[in-house]
Amino acid sequence: MSRRALNLIPHAVLILAILLFALPIWIAIAGSTQDSAVIARGEVSLVPNLSGLGVYRDVLMDGSAGAGPVWRALLVSAGMALAIAFGKIALSLPSAYAVTFFRFPFRMAAFWLIFLTLMLPVEVRLIPTFQVMSSLDLINSFTGLTIPLIASATATLLFRQTFLAVPDELVEAARIDGAGPLRFLRDILIPVSGANIAALFVILFVYGWNQYLWPLLVATDPKLDTVVISIVKMIGVDTATEWNKVMATAVLALIPPVAVVLLMQRWFVKGLTEGDK
Amino acid sequence: MERRTLFPGRLLPALLILPQLVLTVVFFLWPAVQAIRSSLEREDAFGTSTEFVGLDNFTDLFADPLYLAAIGRTVVFCACVTALSMGVALVLAVLADTEIRGRAFYRTMLIWPYAVAPAMAAVLWVLMFHPQIGLVGAWLNRIGIAWDYKLDGTQAMALVILAAAWKQISYNFIFFLAGLQAIPKTIIEAARIDGARGLRRFRTIILPLLMPTVYFLLVVDLVYAAFDTFATVYAVNGGGPGQSTQTLVLKVYLDGVVNANVGASSAQSVVLMAGVIVLCALQFRFLGRKAVT
Repeated sequence: MSRRALNLIPHAVLILAILLFALPIWIAIAGSTQDSAVIARGEVSLVPNLSGLGVYRDVLMDGSAGAGPVWRALLVSAGMALAIAFGKIALSLPSAYAVTFFRFPFRMAAFWLIFLTLMLPVEVRLIPTFQVMSSLDLINSFTGLTIPLIASATATLLFRQTFLAVPDELVEAARIDGAGPLRFLRDILIPVSGANIAALFVILFVYGWNQYLWPLLVATDPKLDTVVISIVKMIGVDTATEWNKVMATAVLALIPPVAVVLLMQRWFVKGLTEGDK
Repeated sequence: MERRTLFPGRLLPALLILPQLVLTVVFFLWPAVQAIRSSLEREDAFGTSTEFVGLDNFTDLFADPLYLAAIGRTVVFCACVTALSMGVALVLAVLADTEIRGRAFYRTMLIWPYAVAPAMAAVLWVLMFHPQIGLVGAWLNRIGIAWDYKLDGTQAMALVILAAAWKQISYNFIFFLAGLQAIPKTIIEAARIDGARGLRRFRTIILPLLMPTVYFLLVVDLVYAAFDTFATVYAVNGGGPGQSTQTLVLKVYLDGVVNANVGASSAQSVVLMAGVIVLCALQFRFLGRKAVT
């Protein structure tokens, strides 16, 4: 084989991989614009039918068999993802600050307690957590949907590492200038951690948006259906699934998290690989 | 590692850490303790009283052929998902790491599936592999292969493995690429001068240097496959047909929520917790405790 042909192999493999990754999405995009009956016969075309774009208005406003209007589900998902992302950052940043910049009794005990939550994903403490929520009367509420997912060991660990790397000179300089601990946190530490906060935001937003098991359990009220819950409900109806609407909803459900990842790609990759190691 | 420069005061740090601690105790620690407690108890048939039964729930669990089958199934599932997603990601990362044109574009196009929810991965794969409407599924049937993951357990398993692995490739790709880029170019250069080429260079020079990343991803992927794939499996077939895709996490949910057998479900939760602790301990070892100390 010639050298030129050899050089083409990586391109060929990578392009093939990209196509395989994109194929399911493309099927959903193209399929959403076609007639549900055509799709049901197994004759979905890979060419979108531009006159069928009205399906997006239909699902946004009226939903589909098995689930309510998608605009509402998107709103719940966005609210949940933002509440979890900001909530985790707002809780983890001060607690990481406390364990790195202060000495107080039971400091390490508190840190280990938070660290322990790494080992307790919601899947393994499902029913007892549900029971706690129901005794707090938080079933079928937005609070119940978000609060139990907000405590976060990963975010605390990440911030702790960032804070440990802050040079002593910076702290000394701030102190000589008369900055107290809260001023230092607000005016110096948070600004210098901007990139880490951005990276964490992407990871947490995606995490929040993609939740399935917890909402399934704690929010049975259709008004609190996230878009991920809605779409699984749609494909779950036994008869007369409106496939074009399912596909349109899938596209709508994918746009926000994919956009966040792609727009913040640089920070996200850096934060992910530096944070976990 | 500890900081040398500190701020004085005890009240302020206590207040700063308090909200996080309260949430941790109420939503993590308390439920975990409850799970352990109810795993040692049994409700009577009417749900009116509970009695302490010691380890009976656990002995019942491990005597239950359905549970043992679910363990075996979960092991196969996790092994396949991990091997598949790591293998593909490694090949792609090695290719994308070379000095080829359009590197940034390739990378972007391989990173985005990170954002796809496990449940959405299932939906997208169902849309492709549905025996009647799926582009691939209907085609398989047309060429004479009886494809229906709603009837055939092996096919259902294959489908959930593919969907779960597909979604995880991006994550592994990001880490492998970062790992490859951290290898000093001088080492690769030296190997090249010594005449180590292609596969041999990869096996003897690059792979050993990449091992920390491999170990790290191994644990992360196993945890992902064991726990985060609930939505993928549940959305494809709800664990069916029959029990053919019922993994351990699915069983906790089905036994505890659908069949309302709290004792058995809690015992399963405790077994899973032990599993996560073992995986976390492994991760700790491989990372040399770097993340914590």
